[in-house]
Amino acid sequence: MARHGEDPGMVKAPKVKQQRKKKSKENKTRTVHANLLYDHAKGEENPNRHYANNKIKTTKYTVLSFLPKNLFEQFHRFANVYFVFIALLNFVPVVNAFQPELALAPVVFILSVTAIKDLWEDYRRHRSDKEINHMDCLVFSRAERRYVEKYWKELRVGDFIRLRCNEILPADVLLLSSSDPDRLCHIETATLDGETNLKQRQVVRSFFDLDCDFDPLKYNSVIECEKPNNDLNRFRGYIMHRSGRRDALYKENLLLRGCTIRNTEEAVGIVIYAGHETKAMLNNNGPRYKRSKLERQMNVDVFWCVIILLVMCLFTAVGHGLWMFQYGDKRPVFDVLSPEGTDLSPIMSAIYLFLTMIIVFQVLIPISLFVSIEIVKICQVFFIHQDMELYDEETDSHLQCRALNITEDLGQMQYIFSDKTGTLTENKMVFRRCTVAGVEYSHDANARRLAMYQEMDSEEEECTSHGGTLPRRDSVTSHQSARVVLRSQSTKSHRRTGSRAEAKRASILSKHTAFSSPMEKDITPDPQLLDKVNECSSQMDFMRFHSQPMSQLPSDLADIIDFFIALTICNTVVVSSPNQPRQKVRMRFELKSPVKTIEDFIKRFTPSRLTSGSNNSSSSSLITNRSSNKGCSSVLSSPSAESTLTKLDEEKHHGGLEHAFSPIPPCYDGKGWNLEEGELRYEAESPDEAALVYAARAYKCSLVGRLPDQVTVELPHLGKLSFELLHTLGFDSTRKRMSVVVRHPLTDQITVYTKGADSAIMDLIRPPDTGSSKGKRQKKIVSRTQNYLNLYAADGLRTLCIAKKIMSKEQYACWLQRHLEAETAIQGREELLFQSALRLETNLQLLGATGIEDRLQDGVPETIASLRQAGLQIWVLTGDKQETAVNIAYACKLLDPEEEILTLNADSQEACALLLEESLHYIQAKFLCSSTDQAAKNFQNNFAPFDIYPSSSPSSSSSSNTAPVMVHRLGLVIDGRTLAYALDKSLEDKFLAIAQSCRSVLCCRSTPLQKSMVVKLVRNKLKVMTLAIGDGANDVSMIQVADVGVGISGQEGMQAVMASDFALPRFRYLQKLLLVHGHWCYSRLANMILYFFYKNAMFVALIFWYQFYCGFSGSAMIDQWYLIFFNLMFSAFPQLITGTLDKDVSAETLQQLPQLYVNGQNSEEYKPYMFWMNMIDAFYQSLICFFIPYFAYADSDVDLFTWGTPITTLALFTILVHLGIETKTWTWMNWLSISFSISLFFTVALCYNASCPTCYSPSNPYWTMQRLLQDPLFYLLCLITPVAALLPRYFYRACQGTLFPSPIQVGRQLDKLPAETRRNILSLSRVEVGSALSPKTHFLSLSTPSSTGCNKKDQRSFPGSNTSQGPVLQTDNQARRRGPADSERDLYTFVPSEIDTLPYTKDAPKLSEEPQPPSTRDSERLDKTLEASDLSLSGWITSTPLLSQTDCIHLNLPPDGDTPCVRYTRDSEEKLKSEQIIQKAQKTEQDTEQSLHVTT
Amino acid sequence: MMATSYNAKDEDGHITVSGPGGGTLRSRKPENTAFKQQRLPAWQPILTAGTVLPAFFIIGLIFIPIGIGLYVTSNNIREFEVDYTGVDVSSPCFNCSQNYSWNSSRPCTCTIPFYLEQPYEGNVYMYYGLSNFYQNHRRYVKSRDDSQLHGDMDSLLTPSKECEPYAFHDKKPIAPCGAIANSMFNDTLELFYNDPNGTKVLVPLANTGIAWFTDKYVKFKNPGGDGANLTAVFQGTSKPVNWLKPVYELDKNSSNNGFINEDFIVWMRTAALPTFRKLYRTIKDAKVIPTLPSGNYTLEVVYNYPVRSFEGRKRMILSTISWMGGKNPFLGIAYVTVGSVCFFLGVVLLVIHHKCGNRNNSADISN
Repeated sequence: MARHGEDPGMVKAPKVKQQRKKKSKENKTRTVHANLLYDHAKGEENPNRHYANNKIKTTKYTVLSFLPKNLFEQFHRFANVYFVFIALLNFVPVVNAFQPELALAPVVFILSVTAIKDLWEDYRRHRSDKEINHMDCLVFSRAERRYVEKYWKELRVGDFIRLRCNEILPADVLLLSSSDPDRLCHIETATLDGETNLKQRQVVRSFFDLDCDFDPLKYNSVIECEKPNNDLNRFRGYIMHRSGRRDALYKENLLLRGCTIRNTEEAVGIVIYAGHETKAMLNNNGPRYKRSKLERQMNVDVFWCVIILLVMCLFTAVGHGLWMFQYGDKRPVFDVLSPEGTDLSPIMSAIYLFLTMIIVFQVLIPISLFVSIEIVKICQVFFIHQDMELYDEETDSHLQCRALNITEDLGQMQYIFSDKTGTLTENKMVFRRCTVAGVEYSHDANARRLAMYQEMDSEEEECTSHGGTLPRRDSVTSHQSARVVLRSQSTKSHRRTGSRAEAKRASILSKHTAFSSPMEKDITPDPQLLDKVNECSSQMDFMRFHSQPMSQLPSDLADIIDFFIALTICNTVVVSSPNQPRQKVRMRFELKSPVKTIEDFIKRFTPSRLTSGSNNSSSSSLITNRSSNKGCSSVLSSPSAESTLTKLDEEKHHGGLEHAFSPIPPCYDGKGWNLEEGELRYEAESPDEAALVYAARAYKCSLVGRLPDQVTVELPHLGKLSFELLHTLGFDSTRKRMSVVVRHPLTDQITVYTKGADSAIMDLIRPPDTGSSKGKRQKKIVSRTQNYLNLYAADGLRTLCIAKKIMSKEQYACWLQRHLEAETAIQGREELLFQSALRLETNLQLLGATGIEDRLQDGVPETIASLRQAGLQIWVLTGDKQETAVNIAYACKLLDPEEEILTLNADSQEACALLLEESLHYIQAKFLCSSTDQAAKNFQNNFAPFDIYPSSSPSSSSSSNTAPVMVHRLGLVIDGRTLAYALDKSLEDKFLAIAQSCRSVLCCRSTPLQKSMVVKLVRNKLKVMTLAIGDGANDVSMIQVADVGVGISGQEGMQAVMASDFALPRFRYLQKLLLVHGHWCYSRLANMILYFFYKNAMFVALIFWYQFYCGFSGSAMIDQWYLIFFNLMFSAFPQLITGTLDKDVSAETLQQLPQLYVNGQNSEEYKPYMFWMNMIDAFYQSLICFFIPYFAYADSDVDLFTWGTPITTLALFTILVHLGIETKTWTWMNWLSISFSISLFFTVALCYNASCPTCYSPSNPYWTMQRLLQDPLFYLLCLITPVAALLPRYFYRACQGTLFPSPIQVGRQLDKLPAETRRNILSLSRVEVGSALSPKTHFLSLSTPSSTGCNKKDQRSFPGSNTSQGPVLQTDNQARRRGPADSERDLYTFVPSEIDTLPYTKDAPKLSEEPQPPSTRDSERLDKTLEASDLSLSGWITSTPLLSQTDCIHLNLPPDGDTPCVRYTRDSEEKLKSEQIIQKAQKTEQDTEQSLHVTT
Repeated sequence: MMATSYNAKDEDGHITVSGPGGGTLRSRKPENTAFKQQRLPAWQPILTAGTVLPAFFIIGLIFIPIGIGLYVTSNNIREFEVDYTGVDVSSPCFNCSQNYSWNSSRPCTCTIPFYLEQPYEGNVYMYYGLSNFYQNHRRYVKSRDDSQLHGDMDSLLTPSKECEPYAFHDKKPIAPCGAIANSMFNDTLELFYNDPNGTKVLVPLANTGIAWFTDKYVKFKNPGGDGANLTAVFQGTSKPVNWLKPVYELDKNSSNNGFINEDFIVWMRTAALPTFRKLYRTIKDAKVIPTLPSGNYTLEVVYNYPVRSFEGRKRMILSTISWMGGKNPFLGIAYVTVGSVCFFLGVVLLVIHHKCGNRNNSADISN
């Protein structure tokens, strides 16, 4: 159609329509025409009319449809149907038990409450819809030939709209024009994905070069694009011009609904998707509903209740039949005939009675239970929301419960699957060190600076001046000092405002950029490297001045400068200035002045240049096309071929010249630019990028401007250099790298800079030709860099390799041609682009590598330790490389230096199978033979509740063992490839068996899909409760699969949060969320549900007993009003209050004794037998409540309801006192609710009994209550019955509390103790439990090579270590770091990266950095070492310990499971324990201090 | 502003994830109140042997005296019971009891002599007791029309459906309708004191003041109001099938006739259990002390009410009452029993506490 260049106007409309229809079927695309052409046409003519308009309607109901639709929805709930069925049954005269209208009351009540809630929600939706629908936007009107204001809802697909700055986009709009000279439009997508950085969007290429304003009237193209879908990051299509030209459309051209226009004064676009078809709306799924484990368990018991109900009904029916039968034909006078006067046979009677009894006993199925549970859960969510300790001041965010109905699942978790980056770590990437051209620059000053931040976190205000001056001292170069001062001042000013938290918050509120805390920004350069950079750039400057070719530069210096250029430009960072928030800094140089461009433009058309640029046909055809396309320039990711090609020539022509006469003074001034440059702000999509750009800036190699076709870099001495950006190949997770193609302004070469994961880059390095010296040097660089990379990884740093490649023009042109083909393809474009990127990124030359530190979040090790004590198995699933992951795992105490580590690396299915098999054998051999003593002891140490439990060890240790497999002190490390094999159907069981017996599992290099597969596997096979926590888009699948998904609302946007059930600001909040809120929610709900079952059974059983005395006739002595409202009103409030507020153990104790969490994991509050125990108790209590009044009134003149009312009262009292026994904390609310319940009952009863002398048939209880209150017998009954009924339970509870208290009870007893004593006890018990789990002594020694940050953190917790000692230890660390680093260097070179099918036994020592596994015979020698280490142990705090040796003992448990050796190990442990006792007193103090810290 | 509202909608109105686009800079920090932070001051009882010990002893100590008191009170009540069903052949009412039908035109009378060993003082109450009579049968209980009994004219002529099948008889509405009224107890009991000197003295029995006050004056009313001619009012209605005489002939006394006849009212208050007694007459003779002296008595029964068909029993009970009602030793025994059990359990707990409780507590502290 439009391809033929014809007018797609009205004449063609029918045909177009047909074609479109056909097309949409075939191609799944949408065609959008401009509406203007059809303005005067009938609506039918408009080809866009089938698309949804922009009016949104999120309401579910209309006025008319509300009732039927809402009822229909409510009846999806089985319970509701059941209750309605029962209520309707009442309308059948033969079987009715109550007044039919009355029987409807509860159902109607429940239904209407839900309906009102739905109605209110719908009304709110309606209001917000209306508000949104009536927002204004500017739409082009053909009639008025200008943009007119219209409501959003009037917008239609094909409309042209004009957008102004800070406006919100009303629909998905294809950007056609922008006031920005670069034809860009900046948007903020915070509402879509929570990312606050600006995103650039571009005008569609064909409209790129319009000089004048875009005129909708001249628009005459057709857009063909995808059908509406919910993928925010994808948009494909093309635009067809009248000329028949096709231009591809990308997501960069699409502005999404809900985003905000920033920095752009005006933009014009055409609506592509509107209303409900916009991507934002399609992404909007609303909250999810899951069913919690507790509810599943409850449903089983509801089912049992149904069985009990049926049994009771059947029993009564049979009884009634027999009762009738005994009279035979002699019909007694009280056996009333049916209304028709016919005689019923006993069998028919029994059948009718069965139905009647179902009505009478309906209360057994708790109608209010479901409502109550929902109310309680809402309250629980409210309280979780309100918890101050779950509020993060830095980000001003608190915990969000997005799934409203699985709060109690939080208390029952067994497995935690965690992401690493951003979840355990802060995802604040801090440049730590780098290696360039095989030389390592350790950035010691930078390390000190980071350590200082760490300190500052703890002592916020104290070190203001100290911290402020520290960087200054380190600054070496003279002209740098100015900036450093400036920076330190800025840091200072932040500190002065108070805590870092406040500063951060302030920065957020003032719309600060992401990833730009001072810690990330102010990098202290390594003096050596800085000198080299200066030297290098001054040489370059000199060379440029003397017009020498740049290639004469010494290669190491060239590498350095290239390295920094790569850091600076190989990214997508946007530069902005803070003075005018979100205003892009424009720094176009004269060489890009319009005049020049026009001159260039003319130059470009000289044929000679064209042919020199490229001589293939495609480009020449493109050139001819260009005529329609006056003046053009390249585009961010996909510059048009012709422009690029011509630019090649253009640059060649004037490149050197321009720079030589650049208006910028070549000499670095340090003042003029300094100030301005210091205020530049970088907006990065990922924190790594920002970190690297800031790092480069520290070396004065700073990014000052980024345009789609140009990156401006300021270099020392050289001033500003503009790199012409030819291509950006964005980062993706499969390639794990990104590249930019630029034309280097100095050398005038086409250079590819690639940055990426070392595994990705190292394979692409050009194999050096060993012949030449250059090649040798390359080889050396590669091997050295690899060494350093390993070292970085061992330090827990994220490594990135930087490489470059110089392309000849021919190579480039060749590549470009195919790349362009890929870009314009509409089908499989991603795949083609991927292939194209692969073609480009080969034969790279390695420049260097960076180590970026991603610091652990505050409190992560503590959180993991306590979660582990809580009996949770923690798996970390990360995409990081194995070494990095292992080291982070050590740092966050996921892996214990004391425990053995199984590493599974296999490169084939068979190898993996073998490996798993061997591991399994190994575990069995090792632990089974010694399980009686060793494992049991270990186990007890790990999991038995602390020693103060007198009699709990046998029971609790067995009960806490949820899985059939013992959990050993093993860590499992597995890499992504092996994981893929292990997840195969044939191997998954073995893998699980191994993983299950390991205390912690670390999966490295895992893809998002693998993450979710692992979670699914564990969840389905082990039948355990799983929690997945993550922060990024790669965790979404895992979060969705797990029973509970937790999202960290961190720095990587909101995708994880959107998918999650709970969103946390930080990982450490997980501790309180699970241990405290989870526990509370679980125990409250569990107790409430049990109580509900008890209550209903007890109440119903009263009537059941009565059947024996009323001829099984279905008669009830309890007035039907009481019967129906008993649950709904009289006994409802106290249990809601208790269900919401009851705290079995205080929050402090729960956090200090994580072992109490096991309670929920094992469902100890609500075990299946407890339901039956409660039922039995209920039947007992109802027997008492029935028979005491029975005997008290036996053979008296009492009438039915005068006798039934006391029974109701007694039941109420008993039920309330029962609740009182089960209530653990009595607040005034509990008292109030109970007294309210009682007074409500009496008030209602008195009013009811005084209201109407003739109503309420059949009971007609006129004046009954009033008379009862005058009867002393009534009071006597009220006194004795509850006592007698609750005696057994009370006695049992008391005995249980004394004889075999549950851990929870011990926790409660601890709560009662004075705060001081309690802390002492707690810290003691923690030391005992904790020492078995993770002795800190070993931790310190092992973590020395790891990041100093962690060390510093730990030192804080040791007695005697304070700030003054910090530096001492630090220097120690530094000194020692050299040592192991050197010695390990050799070791690491021998480790072929990850491809190691050797059995775990060899891996274990390697990974734990232990070269020599001791043999059995070594035990004596080791004993000696141990003795030697005794001394060191006692003195390790102040001196550098010999702990590497102690480690050795513990790490190398003999692999073959020799019994003597195992025993030896245990001995050593015991010894160690006894040694620790010396320090226990100190530790206790210190722990008390810590706990103080926690509690205050 | 816009962004937040937009979001609120997006979130289906549940939770607002507002980006920093929101105009409000108010901190979202939760309030630090005891309620919101779940730190309300609370009493935390821990149930252990030690803590609940006192409760058990106190309960024991309170209950046992109450129980003894109740038992003594109950024992002081005089009660006499005579079964006049006539199951045995030797029984004087045997002949009468052979009649199974309700409307036997021929009244049958029988005389039962009995001897009161102790004199009855104060108010003495005369009950008739029925056993095995399921007045609490579900369909039986429902079978009445309260508004008819309240004197509503419409209901009188068109009784409620609940009365079916005792609502109409020969197309005429039954007054009072329903099964309860239909099966009203219609024996007549008369008590004679056999004076030692040989004369038979009729003990004066009061047939008023036996129903609940509210029943008599609020719930039950004759149609047409007080003083209306009952015969005229009930014109056009039919007497219940089993009744011998219509409702307006229940008593001569107009204030005790019709629906407000107290025997009728008492009967209409359906008993809770199949064995029950209903107040028949009171003996309030302040002149004679004691009210009923010990000695020989004769009960004359006009035997109308058939109970043999359902194995029922009829009794006449004479009883004095105390503040806690009729004679019933059960509560006293129950109090003593529960009190003793509490006391015993208290002792058990004491033992437990001494054996285990100390260990536990000391373990807590010393460890």
